[in-house]
Amino acid sequence: MKFTIDWLKDHLDTKASNDEIIETLTMIGLEVEEVEDQAKVLNDFTVCEVISAEKHPNADKLRVCMVNTGSGDPVKVVCGAPNARTGMKGVFAAVGTYVPGVDFTLTKGNIRGEESNGMLCSERELMLSDEHDGIIDLPEDAPVGTKFVDYAGIDDVVVDIAITPNRGDATGIYGIARDLAAAGIGELKDGIVAPVPATLNGEGDISVDFRFGEGEPQACKMFAGRLFKGVKNGPSPEWLQKRLIAIGLRPINALADITNYISYDRGRPLHAYDADKINGQFHARNAKKGEKILALDGKTYELDETMCILADDNGPLCIGGIMGGEESGCTEDTTNIFMECAWWEPLLIAQTGRKTGIVSDARYRLERHADPEFVLPGIELATKMILEICGGEVHEVTVAGEVKSPEKVIEFPLAEITRLTGLKVPFAEAKAILTRLGFWVAGSGDVVKVNVPSYRPDIEGKADLVEEVMRIVGVDKVPVDPLPRLSGVAPKMLTTIQNRRRIARRTLAARGFHEAVTWSFISEKEATLFGGGADELKLENPIVSDLTDMRPSLLPGLLAAVGRNANRGFADVALFEVGQVFKNDSIDGQLNYATGVRAGTAKFAQVGRDWQGKANKVDVFDAKADALGALDALGMDVNNIQVVAEPADWAHPGRAGRLQLGPKMILGWFGELHPALISELDLTGPVVAFELNLDAIPSPRKKASKAKGALDISDLQPVRRDFAFLADRNVEAGKLVKAANSADKKLIQSTSIFDVFEGEHVGEGKKSVAIEVTLQPRQKTLTDEEIEAVSNKIIAAVEKATGAMLRG
Amino acid sequence: MNDVISLDTLREQITADIENASDEKALDAVRVAALGKKGSVSEQLKSLGKMSPEERKSAGPAINGLKNDMAALIEAKSAELKKAALEARLASEKVDVTLPLQPGPMQRGSIHPVSQTLDEITAIFSDMGFAIAEGPDIESDYYNFTALNFPEGHPAREMHDTFFMKAKEGDDNGSKMVLRTHTSPVQIRTMENQEPPIRVVIPGRTYRCDSDQTHTPMFHQLEGLVIDKSSHIGQLRWVLEEFLKAYFEVDNVKTRFRPSFFPFTEPSMEVDVQCDRSGKEVKIGEGNDWLEILGCGMVHPNVIRNCGLDPDIYQGFAWGMGIDRIAMLKYGMPDLRDFFDADKRWMEHYGFRPLDLPTLFGGLSS
Repeated sequence: MKFTIDWLKDHLDTKASNDEIIETLTMIGLEVEEVEDQAKVLNDFTVCEVISAEKHPNADKLRVCMVNTGSGDPVKVVCGAPNARTGMKGVFAAVGTYVPGVDFTLTKGNIRGEESNGMLCSERELMLSDEHDGIIDLPEDAPVGTKFVDYAGIDDVVVDIAITPNRGDATGIYGIARDLAAAGIGELKDGIVAPVPATLNGEGDISVDFRFGEGEPQACKMFAGRLFKGVKNGPSPEWLQKRLIAIGLRPINALADITNYISYDRGRPLHAYDADKINGQFHARNAKKGEKILALDGKTYELDETMCILADDNGPLCIGGIMGGEESGCTEDTTNIFMECAWWEPLLIAQTGRKTGIVSDARYRLERHADPEFVLPGIELATKMILEICGGEVHEVTVAGEVKSPEKVIEFPLAEITRLTGLKVPFAEAKAILTRLGFWVAGSGDVVKVNVPSYRPDIEGKADLVEEVMRIVGVDKVPVDPLPRLSGVAPKMLTTIQNRRRIARRTLAARGFHEAVTWSFISEKEATLFGGGADELKLENPIVSDLTDMRPSLLPGLLAAVGRNANRGFADVALFEVGQVFKNDSIDGQLNYATGVRAGTAKFAQVGRDWQGKANKVDVFDAKADALGALDALGMDVNNIQVVAEPADWAHPGRAGRLQLGPKMILGWFGELHPALISELDLTGPVVAFELNLDAIPSPRKKASKAKGALDISDLQPVRRDFAFLADRNVEAGKLVKAANSADKKLIQSTSIFDVFEGEHVGEGKKSVAIEVTLQPRQKTLTDEEIEAVSNKIIAAVEKATGAMLRG
Repeated sequence: MNDVISLDTLREQITADIENASDEKALDAVRVAALGKKGSVSEQLKSLGKMSPEERKSAGPAINGLKNDMAALIEAKSAELKKAALEARLASEKVDVTLPLQPGPMQRGSIHPVSQTLDEITAIFSDMGFAIAEGPDIESDYYNFTALNFPEGHPAREMHDTFFMKAKEGDDNGSKMVLRTHTSPVQIRTMENQEPPIRVVIPGRTYRCDSDQTHTPMFHQLEGLVIDKSSHIGQLRWVLEEFLKAYFEVDNVKTRFRPSFFPFTEPSMEVDVQCDRSGKEVKIGEGNDWLEILGCGMVHPNVIRNCGLDPDIYQGFAWGMGIDRIAMLKYGMPDLRDFFDADKRWMEHYGFRPLDLPTLFGGLSS
């Protein structure tokens, strides 16, 4: 919302400086977004005299002028204006001056062989009006060399403020003046509009009919209209044009300018119809579905039955409260007008505004709530201005419907101010503030009755009144008061899952991954490839067509990032994300995952070529190590985790596995990405990945004590024995180790595999698996016989479980 | 006489042999030849037994002297050879220590600035006795708007550029789920599930249909909520000012609280923080400029009521700010869109070391 200080002073009697006004606006909640000081912008322009203006030797329409700027030698300027002539006074801009109307800084020019050292300016170039037919032609007595702003008395400051949605009253300059007066910046002037008596009998031949069916929404609650005869439309007076231009509006004609003026001055939108273009009975109703109207912005809108329109027998004339129609609008030739001032239901205006997408000054004000008590004064103010500016005769006001502003009285305990803010405001001050804002305060005890004015429907209760008092006193006056501190040491802050996410992040970063944060939404194709794509997880209004589905997995986002990095020349990346995935739209359907990918040669130990080692490609065991490493850091006993050869859907069927505590307690997956998926996603392999469901990790049982239990170690040295087995190729090594371990649970401490190979010398379809078994004697050193016995048990157990035989 | 001469000759000979030994092995051969069981000096010693006491008196010390001298010479020579051998080995073992190392996993990996900032925030609020609360990203209209005092159809809803979820089969149009536009729904969930006093901060992903240099369709917010029987705006100011000082790691930070409007707080305020924009990066806590950094206010009585509490008994404040935004301000990151691009070069530059754990005892940032 823009206004000028000059305009503001129509309503506010103040000696405050512009800076004080601007500072106060922000501090009372009318945030100043921009201040444009016209005097500063036009500071460098001076009054000049054209000593001579001769035809340009090489151009018919140009003149070469010698200009007396009031200081130094005359300056040569090439000028294209038809009115440039010898002896005239004009406005000069020297080289280096910024010209706001054309948005550039003047440089020395050479126009068709004649040098030009400045500019003679038009009104448009100075942003004073739209006038650009010629340069500014000042009276003969204008003093050469003085600043143009001083000569012309241009000292206005344009202020742009942001109005929050609750402050319909501040969409008019009068309301802004009232707030400033309440804050001690001057006195609010009387804003009462006296009724203007009719000069013609009765209401004339146009009346308003409400045609709303039973149960239909009725956006138009009250309609006041007034018929004018014999007005003369045309350009509005200079003062009015100047004000509109200053706030960025284009003057159109007197009638349009008057309605725009009142809209800004009082936050009261009006609309003027050409009375001669209304056919039959003027009425308000809801549109029929499919009805169309050509609006003043030159666009045709299709309407529906939720939108209130004003219409005649031929159809829609105006999208009510939003924008008038082109056909019934006033032109320069209009002589008879029907002026509308109505009260509209803000929510319905907002709805129609959203549906049509029209952003207009009327909608801006009406959806924020216009003062119902100002419907009639609004039309009276318009009458006064029209008669003054356009002349003519006027009928009585015709009114349909009514708006009763509810008598709103709030019981207000003054202690509420201190309770909610900590600020102590004396009764007299609080009362004075509320009174200046237009509230009516009755009583003088601890609890007063506060009557809310019709233009403040946002004030609903005590808390709102506290805000009114506090914002005028100043939030900066609220004393800072420490929040009581804890009486002891702060308790644990994070929940189990919050801790898991934190630990997973740090662990994976420490394993050489970069943490990525990718969009929660992905493309439909990606979602479908990774098991998502359900309707309930689709956005109805995605921002772009490839961010449409809530992600069922973190992999698509990470893989897309791998692709982007590869395209930039960085194919060897390791990325992880810890975040939410969506299985359905319920609160339980949102799960926490830790997911990582390694691409190319981005292995744990080494990335790319190095003088100490080869550039090995990532493989399934890198992903397995990452997954188990993270689970270990998350407090799981990795020995208890089952690794089964069940690949995830995204994985290479023979190079992937599942991590679980049991078939129904799945912790995650790891593996090489399926080659088909790699080509589907336009990636270059190999890529390995893991996914961990952090919600699936069982919570540790609450223990009675933090003690770790006694350390159980033996003084006797462990004994290590190696065995090489010949097994079928399909035998899982994990099964073999498990069998060996189970051969003697007391004596066998651990089993590790130190060699696996296949080849001709072990036979087709076979492999050799060599294990080292560690035996830990407890009471006494093992004898050869005892070791032999255990060895036989191990061989037998492995054979029984896997069919593998000891290699001879 | 023969003997005497032969001892001198022997001494000369052995000394020369020791001198000439080129390595330990040769030296050992010399030692065996001279001092071994059948060595030349040992033979001389054996000859003492055959001598008369007088002869022995003069020859004994001479032969023993020879033996001791030779042993000493051999030992010295051995030390000398060992030293030379070590030097030769060291010279041959020289490597080029300027050869580069592969950066280890700890150097290669990084933590995203959003996670790091969240850990910093957590450290600060843990000291003030707050817990962390969370809620779902896919929210109902009720939690995202209605319970927070956004009337149906109110323009304030429009300010949120909401993403709607597609209606499920069987749903009527009215109950569409939304992607939460702010973390405020978790205020409601917390008040519904927990008795006051409440002190929580609520971090999380939020979504709005908007995109430019400082707006992305997804971003991170941090909400704060304090509900008890006495908390007021003076304390809200304290919490936020202390937080801003601690987070930006400056001794002082001037703030400006401006009245504003949010449907779910009353009174409502926006907070500007003192800053200096004259340089390349915005500096917080210096200069004469203001930068809007967060919104806050006293929880609206309707919101308190919607959670089943009596607003005449319970009161408190809430605030909301952008985690990405304060991360950008503190660490000088110019474009929010880069946060979600996972560009390796960006992550290497703006990411944090894996074990850079923000704590109050160790400092938030290194």
